[in-house]
Amino acid sequence: MTTLAGNSLKPITPVSERRLKNHTSFAQTVANSLTMAYRGLVKFRRTPEQFMDVTLQPILFTVMFTYLFGGAISGSIAHYLPTIIPGVLVQTVITASVVTGVQLREDMDKGVFDRFRSLPIARIAPLSGALIADTLRYAIATAITFLTGIVMGWRPEGGVAGVVLGGLVVVVVAWCISWIFAFLGVIARTASSVQGISFMVLFPLTFLSNAFVPTSTLPGWLKWFTDVNPISHVITAVRNLCDAQPAGADLGWSLLGAVVVVAVFAPLTVRAYMRKA
Amino acid sequence: MTSTEYAVEARGLVKVFGQNRAVDGVDLTVKAGTVYGVLGPNGAGKTTTISMLATLLRPDGGEGRIFGHDVVREAQIVRQLIGVTGQYASVDEKLSANENLYIFGRLLGLSSKQAKAKGAELLEAFGLTDAATRPLAKFSGGMRRRLDLAASLIAQPPLIFLDEPTTGLDPRTRGQMWDTIRQLVATGSTVLLTTQYLDEADQLADRIAVIDAGKVVAEGTGDELKASIGTSSLILRLADTNETGEALRLIEQVFGVQGTPSPEAARITVPMSDADRVTDLLLAFRSAGIRLAELSVQKPTLDEVFLTITGHGVTEAEETTEEVLA
Repeated sequence: MTTLAGNSLKPITPVSERRLKNHTSFAQTVANSLTMAYRGLVKFRRTPEQFMDVTLQPILFTVMFTYLFGGAISGSIAHYLPTIIPGVLVQTVITASVVTGVQLREDMDKGVFDRFRSLPIARIAPLSGALIADTLRYAIATAITFLTGIVMGWRPEGGVAGVVLGGLVVVVVAWCISWIFAFLGVIARTASSVQGISFMVLFPLTFLSNAFVPTSTLPGWLKWFTDVNPISHVITAVRNLCDAQPAGADLGWSLLGAVVVVAVFAPLTVRAYMRKA
Repeated sequence: MTSTEYAVEARGLVKVFGQNRAVDGVDLTVKAGTVYGVLGPNGAGKTTTISMLATLLRPDGGEGRIFGHDVVREAQIVRQLIGVTGQYASVDEKLSANENLYIFGRLLGLSSKQAKAKGAELLEAFGLTDAATRPLAKFSGGMRRRLDLAASLIAQPPLIFLDEPTTGLDPRTRGQMWDTIRQLVATGSTVLLTTQYLDEADQLADRIAVIDAGKVVAEGTGDELKASIGTSSLILRLADTNETGEALRLIEQVFGVQGTPSPEAARITVPMSDADRVTDLLLAFRSAGIRLAELSVQKPTLDEVFLTITGHGVTEAEETTEEVLA
């Protein structure tokens, strides 16, 4: 083995000649966040199995639910596609946003997080970097779900523009919702507890919606819930955008809801995070 | 305010975890350009002390200054002056050595090109070039520790915290780590290291603080610490064991104390309070015609120091969980 560090270590700059400052500029915060986002992307590349929830899962769910429910609900596979594609899409992408919280918790428990905390970087960078990197995951899930649908014969009326717009809405909403899970990630004790709590919230929210079935046959109380469920509004908005229908109210409610989530959870998350970071 | 004479000044640092006063009023003063050893058993509060000085933990009491900058109020400045290598690898397990150093370099404000060059330079210096693109999962303990240290040196910090840098390393890798630490000091850095090994503190550190149950129980150079618990011993071996009786008589005459003979080795151990008297003894031996086969002076070991100061051996110390770098 080599001798360590031969004579190649250079003399350091004396403390008195260093320019030191006790605050982090906005430009540095942005730069640090982007570096942390880059780190997130390199990690994805190194561990492609962590990508499964946004690559294989959308294909699996789209194919599975379409063939399973298609005939029963809409009479045929082709007629079911305009209903199911936006439904599966919203479900998949919002589920993917849970991973933000889980991975944040995992990261904070690792030794490398101590190094981040000992570096003169923006405190918020590991959090903001993770949130930026995850938008790519949502975009991938969105693209794959749409592609699977098109391969299966889905021909959205809204054309490219409508589909792209619909996808954009999903990514934005998922990003906003990921703040909830980021918050859970910051305050929870373990990564598995983040996962547990998050799915307990998500399953009722995504399944008790208009994602897979028309709500008209549901019992009154359940129909009431699916109608007020914000996830239903997002799904309706995406369906309308893809089908060249006016998406007005649903789109408005979706975006408003998303903004409210960010307004509530971003400060909570940042505060809890800064206390630990 | 800003002093560059002292790399670390800690006054009455306290950290409480629940009922446990993990660090209970620690004072440390480390001169710039030296190696300072914090010696103590598991759970003594070494890591917690370092964590507070490295801005990772907020002290519950007392204050810490790094080159004159307060660790709480000027945390971001302190972070520009330190490098921290924890007990557990503080690098990204899922990334390669290259990627790790690149990302840390970018975070520290290097351009993409500078960060790549710096990473390559450090990997070269630490003999990791061949493993640069391998996932860390395939790294040995020694390689990981080296990468960890390399990552702490990107910004060439004037103060480096090393938390048990050689724990779990084999003797050869340990020796390499010692060389590296000496080289770091040669570049102008100050090193504060913690260790459970008395030998390591003795070999590397200019000054040592012995810490036990969250308190500094002794402080000084290795020699001072050893001297503090008692005198060195003069060890004599006679050429002719028949002269032992006469030799003991002369020793008592010169030193005023009894020598302890060990018959089988023909050796006599004499507590040596005054080194100057040795000349008198040797002259007395010469005139009495007593010939010496061997003469040596033995200092007390740090093990004895530790035992004396803390009242218990290093290995007896209870292990607690708070040593984990928070």
